Amino acid sequence: MLQAFGHLPFEWILFAVLAVAGFIAFYAGRMALAAAPVTGGEMGRLHSQPNYHGFFVVMCTIIPAALVFLGYWLIGDNFVRDQLAGELPARIVEGGQLQLSQYIDRLSDYATRRETILTGDALFDAASNRFAQLTGQVRLMTVFLALVVAGGGFHFGRRRINREFRARTFVERGINFLLFLCAAIAIFTTIGVVLSLVFETIRFFTIEGGPTVTGFLFGTDWNAQTGANFGMLPLFFGTLMIAMLAMCVAAPIGLFSAIYLSEYASPRVRTWVKPLLELLAGIPTVVYGFFAATIIAPLVRSGAQWVNALPLVPDNFLAAQPTSALAAGLVMGVMIVPFVSSLSDDVINAVPQTLRDGALAMGATKSETIKQIVMPAALPGVIAALLLAVSRAIGETMIVVMAAGGRALITPDPTSDLTTVTYQIVALLTGDTEFDSAKTISAFALGFVLFGVTLVFNLIALRVVQKYREKYD
Amino acid sequence: MASATPLITPVVRAERTDNPIKIDCRNINVFYADNQAIHDISLLIPDRAVTAFIGPSGCGKSTFLRCLNRMNDTIDIARVDGKIMMDGADINDPAIDPVLLRSRVGMVFQKPNPFPKSIYDNVAYGARIHGLASGKSDLDRIIEKSLHRAGLWEEVKDRLAAPGTSLSGGQQQRLCIARAIAVNPEVILMDEPCSALDPIATARIEELIDELRERYCIVMVTHSMQQAARVSQRTAFFHLGKLIEVGDTETIFTNPTNQRTQDYITGRFG
Repeated sequence: MLQAFGHLPFEWILFAVLAVAGFIAFYAGRMALAAAPVTGGEMGRLHSQPNYHGFFVVMCTIIPAALVFLGYWLIGDNFVRDQLAGELPARIVEGGQLQLSQYIDRLSDYATRRETILTGDALFDAASNRFAQLTGQVRLMTVFLALVVAGGGFHFGRRRINREFRARTFVERGINFLLFLCAAIAIFTTIGVVLSLVFETIRFFTIEGGPTVTGFLFGTDWNAQTGANFGMLPLFFGTLMIAMLAMCVAAPIGLFSAIYLSEYASPRVRTWVKPLLELLAGIPTVVYGFFAATIIAPLVRSGAQWVNALPLVPDNFLAAQPTSALAAGLVMGVMIVPFVSSLSDDVINAVPQTLRDGALAMGATKSETIKQIVMPAALPGVIAALLLAVSRAIGETMIVVMAAGGRALITPDPTSDLTTVTYQIVALLTGDTEFDSAKTISAFALGFVLFGVTLVFNLIALRVVQKYREKYD
Repeated sequence: MASATPLITPVVRAERTDNPIKIDCRNINVFYADNQAIHDISLLIPDRAVTAFIGPSGCGKSTFLRCLNRMNDTIDIARVDGKIMMDGADINDPAIDPVLLRSRVGMVFQKPNPFPKSIYDNVAYGARIHGLASGKSDLDRIIEKSLHRAGLWEEVKDRLAAPGTSLSGGQQQRLCIARAIAVNPEVILMDEPCSALDPIATARIEELIDELRERYCIVMVTHSMQQAARVSQRTAFFHLGKLIEVGDTETIFTNPTNQRTQDYITGRFG
């Protein structure tokens, strides 16, 4: 029976228990209020509506139970593992911590399957059985404990209810805390990601025979696959080059289409064109990458070859590679057009009509109004949109993986193949990876640099917006 | 009912005006898509005087005002019929460039709308786009003169580089008036110029309007009948897109010929 309990999808049971308990608690709370004697007070008026009393009891019941379940999630599995490790024969335990942990992983894998599969290895099957049994015990204890504390909370909550009880205040506080918790989770996740990047980066630089910090940041040689050279400048150069090419496409096209849409287009055109433009944002980047690699890259190459064939141009003036930074940059530019245009369109529309009317009534033409009044007023928002697009271009991965080539070079020639930070992270972390080699960990260092750069861009964007923001009301 | 006494008595300065006609509007109709906002209005507007448009909300007075500098052109669905003769030329004639027309007909809006630029650049804006100044010193002179006429010079002369939006509401509205004056217009349209201001700023603007009428033809939309009585020489009463009555302000407020005008100025509706 215990084993069977170990097989069930436990999370669903927890949810079911919490939901049923909450449901009962809600109605019990309301009923407790209805049964409460009408006392004097403010002519017997309720301080809180019946639903608040219901939710108060729900809170008293569910929160302690949820804490018990949270405890299970945090330590339950480890408890089972430790217990089992103590019971396993010495020859397995002696194999070292890593091997033991892998062995128990496999046990757990078998133990949590719905039907018991026997491997034929008597020790393994017995251990796996024992694992399921232990898990079942721990889970049963968890549910029991949860029910006990839920019952206690339920009783406590219901006892407090009377017609003057200020249930609403408690419920509002609970909601307040719940919302705070959600915000805190987002923040802690970010902090966690940053910390993991930081620790892995430190590990990378402390590997014996590994690169130094300056060698990493300012080295011009990147050859991570053989674990020889870790100079990230060529990657960084490639990233900035492709992002710049992309912005050369996206900034003018996005901005001008935003101006057209918000200032010139008739409402009919606008209702059609704006969604179509935003559709571009919905295309998966892998499709863009495919398009860049199969259509744009060959075009760029033949263009470069044509330039090379011109009189007076040296034969190898342009690299004319089959995949190139230019191809990736052009397609990436098209991809981020909707970001620029959609955000800019919003900020341009947010410029008050009274400003346009003011300029037009002075005898300014439409283009003068846009150039001299509307755009300066919208500028902070437009800059923020552009910087956001740059962040997006720097972080974009799929298009560069498919169309940018992959050679770590520093060259001003956009028809050469280049590599980027994101490309290298993909290359380092796909396929067979060992998480203790310098090659793999260098991906974290790259990620850390990438994070730093986009952070700086976002900070600049914030500063610009704050400094030049005009207040209209 | 007809014997009700007017609540508002015009002040002395609202004298009769026999000035020459500046704008002659004949049979104006305005449509927003299929909706007719103005019904066959004909109206004479004298030069160097303040003409006030009064009437309840939605009666078409602002729409009619916006016909006078063709601001309705900027609304796609708006259509204007009829002739508006300014100094003998029809401003709706296709040969007339609305940009040039608007340099002759300035406008001040309901809510102060200084551009997101410095005080100096706000006033310089019109002069610059119309090429009115021959150089920096000329531009400085235009700006000083305009700010003087708008009664703002003393308050801002030391901080011309400050943003226009840093001024108080009343100062902003006077800045907008200075901005309109700087282009050297013949007509100034004002669309409820004081409705967003407190009584002190309002009094200051009204004083200013009274000074300005010696140079310009001023047309003003107002919600406040007291204001119309205080600053205008001619008053036109609009109701439901029609011009009900127009005449010297004193006559309109003391001896209106139309029952609806009487009802409105005595506060029976609107």
